Amino acid sequence: MSPANLYFDEALAAETYHRTLWDIYWGQFHRHHLAVASAALVILMVLLAIAAPVVTNFTPDKVNFATRYQAPSSAHIMGTDGLGRDEFTRILYGGRISIAVGLIATTLGLLFGTLVGALGGFYGGWVDNLAMRLTDLMLALPRLFVLIIMTMMLRNANVPWLQSSGGIAAIILVIATLSWMTVARLVRGAFLSLKEKEFIEAARAQGAGNSRIIWKHLLPNAMSPIIVAGTLRVASSIITEAGLSFLGFGVQPPTPSWGNMLQNAQDEMLKGHLWLAIFPGLMIFIIVISVNYVGDGLRDALDPRKLQ
Amino acid sequence: MKMTQYIIRRLLGAIPLLLVISVIVFVMIQLTPGGPMAAFEENPNMTPEDMARLEEQLGLNQPIHVKYYHWLMKMVHGDWGYSMTTKRPVLKEISDRLPNTLQLMLAAYLVALGVAIPIGIISAIKQYTLFDHVMTTLAFIGQAIPIFWFGLVLIIVFNVWLKNPVTGKPLFPGGGMQTYGTTGFHLWDRLYHLILPVTMLSMFLMGSYTRYTRSSMLDVIHLDYIRTARSKGLAERVVILRHALKNAAIPIVTIVALDLPGLFGGALFTETIFSWPGIGRLFFRAAQRVDYPLLMAIVLINATLIILFNLLADVLYAYLDPRIKYS
Repeated sequence: MSPANLYFDEALAAETYHRTLWDIYWGQFHRHHLAVASAALVILMVLLAIAAPVVTNFTPDKVNFATRYQAPSSAHIMGTDGLGRDEFTRILYGGRISIAVGLIATTLGLLFGTLVGALGGFYGGWVDNLAMRLTDLMLALPRLFVLIIMTMMLRNANVPWLQSSGGIAAIILVIATLSWMTVARLVRGAFLSLKEKEFIEAARAQGAGNSRIIWKHLLPNAMSPIIVAGTLRVASSIITEAGLSFLGFGVQPPTPSWGNMLQNAQDEMLKGHLWLAIFPGLMIFIIVISVNYVGDGLRDALDPRKLQ
Repeated sequence: MKMTQYIIRRLLGAIPLLLVISVIVFVMIQLTPGGPMAAFEENPNMTPEDMARLEEQLGLNQPIHVKYYHWLMKMVHGDWGYSMTTKRPVLKEISDRLPNTLQLMLAAYLVALGVAIPIGIISAIKQYTLFDHVMTTLAFIGQAIPIFWFGLVLIIVFNVWLKNPVTGKPLFPGGGMQTYGTTGFHLWDRLYHLILPVTMLSMFLMGSYTRYTRSSMLDVIHLDYIRTARSKGLAERVVILRHALKNAAIPIVTIVALDLPGLFGGALFTETIFSWPGIGRLFFRAAQRVDYPLLMAIVLINATLIILFNLLADVLYAYLDPRIKYS
């Protein structure tokens, strides 16, 4: 018998008693060391991007022909590009765009997907029918092709706020429009099974209305899969933006994004300026794998089967 | 028969779906400025009257629903129109390039499955061993690498850095389908040109298929019937390959069928980077020039494939797993 069990430790008991749900989640999450390290890395990258003007002395679009195509050195740690702009500075500012696009597009997609899934799952009938038809329709669209056609349409539309800062608002809208379906299905499934449970019946018996049941009872219980799917979606949105911008259909220069920094990389690297093809892609890779590991850790931590 | 009815009902349901998709895509393309007239706008010899006449001839000045109606009527009669940039029939443009894309996709699938399935099986059997950890990590990395960047890295390593020790030329070609100056189809030359693009495209699939195989093997490997098979004294090979894999393969087959049409998207990156004359690059060019007959055709063919393969996946699933019944 271990010494701890020989006497009753009041402090320990109190601490155990007051463990909230979040403590339990955190306890599960921090066991996944890779996920914790990845979360730290993501936070670091976000902070560096936010603090870009403090971190670097250069500006992202200052053209300087005296410093064209310099290989990485102590003055320019990631070298310079064909217009003599400091690559590290562009990586920092590009990170702002890439991360912001990923986060905002995902949030919008999550909100819409949750709305569609919740309405369908809760009300059933023709509402559900409509919601699921819409979801099926969007899933039958060839994703990349439609992404490209839609960004072209929005980017060239005569709407100023869609054009500003390289057209990021247009990219965000397009990615969000094409990435809510998984969440909608998840939420619908969760709502369908949850709404038959006794605690919903109990809430109803106590006089709770539809909106209270949705907001206070159903949604919180459906939150874990939404959080996990949302986290993983941030990573795929970042890749999607990068892919579109790489092809020239995404964020428009001179606004830097990790994707459009790779746009001319193939020509540049064949001319021997390898660093211009390496760093932006490496950044995308690092943030995507880190976010995926965080999502993996969250999936383990939020798994109800692991809660005791 | 129940199954035939089910298939027919699903196929009928696909028609309105495709119609709605065609409307959405048509409207989006029509709302995009540019298009076939953009090329003439810079031309000083074109008077406004010429422009108007040309628009009239091309049917570009009609309202959008009229244009859609004309497009649809022609399309259902098998006339997919002409590319606005090359003036060649859309179907000809597509059928010229489809085999090239299919070669690429098929090879990528063979490589991805050939690598992912054995690794996934071994990973599952040897769960939590060093092999499993290394392979799971590699699969995770594979899923996180942006494939277009992976393509660039492949060119840097195998074309720019590594040289053939005998000839001093790059180890692998950085683009194209055959050695410059040759004509016709030469198997070895084609395979040589396929290696880098296929590596890039299969990377896109390998990570997720490895993880998928591993987890569906893990799902069945601890079930009672596997224990029974072992206790009958069957060889481990037989237990794994004949008993476990057979059931684990059901979800894998399904996911492969579901993924297949989506690979056209992945192929777009591969074809753009490796100058592979396929559907993806055709789409890329058409998008830059807002060549709407071509764009419409490619999107609709792909959407049709997505719907058909979705159905195929469901049918296969029911066929392979007698426990599933569709009503």
